[in-house]
Amino acid sequence: MVEGRGWSDEVFRVLCEGEVKQVAYVPDAGHQKLIQLFIDNNDIKHVPLTSEQEGVALLGGAWLGGERGALLMQSSGVGNVINMLSVPNECRFPLLMIVTMRGEWAEFNPWQIPMGQAVETTLKAMGVIVLRAREERLIGETVHSASKLAFEGGRMVAVLISQRALGKKNWNK
Amino acid sequence: MSIATNNATLQRRSVVTKILAARKDELVVTGLGAPTWDVASVSEHQNNFYLWGGMGGAVSTGLGLALAQPERRVLVVTGDGEMLMGLGSLATVSVQKPKNFAVIVLDNECYGETGMQQTATASGVELSSVARGVGFNIARTIRTENELSEATNEIFTARGPMFFDVKVQASDDPMVLPEKDGLTLKHRFQAQFSGYKSYKFI
Repeated sequence: MVEGRGWSDEVFRVLCEGEVKQVAYVPDAGHQKLIQLFIDNNDIKHVPLTSEQEGVALLGGAWLGGERGALLMQSSGVGNVINMLSVPNECRFPLLMIVTMRGEWAEFNPWQIPMGQAVETTLKAMGVIVLRAREERLIGETVHSASKLAFEGGRMVAVLISQRALGKKNWNK
Repeated sequence: MSIATNNATLQRRSVVTKILAARKDELVVTGLGAPTWDVASVSEHQNNFYLWGGMGGAVSTGLGLALAQPERRVLVVTGDGEMLMGLGSLATVSVQKPKNFAVIVLDNECYGETGMQQTATASGVELSSVARGVGFNIARTIRTENELSEATNEIFTARGPMFFDVKVQASDDPMVLPEKDGLTLKHRFQAQFSGYKSYKFI
């Protein structure tokens, strides 16, 4: 049982209603509950990845086969997807990424800061539309908006869930 | 300029011709570079999706497609350099265990598009052992015509995921370039799922 993260239920509902059929992820503590909701659901395929770039390619293949997907990762994973974004960019595959942020708000680990600070710039440099959810209450509607932009607008979209909205990482769990 | 040599006897275009001669409604994803030219030259087809970029992503693209179309067989045809950049994706495939999925690596032990520099497979790295190690149902290195015939039969009938590393000569074949516009390639490929039997612009 994963406690808290009320937004995860809302995002799960939004993605289910958005007819997402494949969810790929490299885990993050911030995504823990959302990932578990997909693992517990038998209607949506959940695909654990060894690197986030696989997810970009995977969801392109899914779209070729007629299925919508979503990619869950933390901010450090954004650095792993950059060149692979050439594929959805060139083919105009929809791409919905939900990124939990590190390195931007009360971050205690300095190693998270370089990528965390570069996320928005690098995504935009590759043509990805970036939406930020800075407060927990805004996460669900931001993912909903991103889903529309991705699947109906045919675009690459990333939702950055701010570290402020996620709260501090608890190392004493 | 010297061309890298290996001990392979099979020729890549003959290999692709032999395998794809048996195709019916199978879906084919090609890895960037020579495998795309090979498949385009001997088996141009609406069911081909040609990657021209995204190195390391061919297997993952095929996996997403195989999961979305479980009733169709998906063949990924790629090169050893492209496969080496996406080794982790073999583990990802194995977790999903798609029975409709086959990977065919045309392994010439070099990077053909960039000057024939040796890849890791030239130094004894065995890709089929990697695939076997992560749990592919079938995983072998193919060196002879007889082994290729057996593999070809399995590609179309056996339970996946399957992996065949086909050792081929480091040949310099004529480039046969298919359509390269990604949007066009996407629309052509997807048209089959909308009921179109052939793709025409007009």
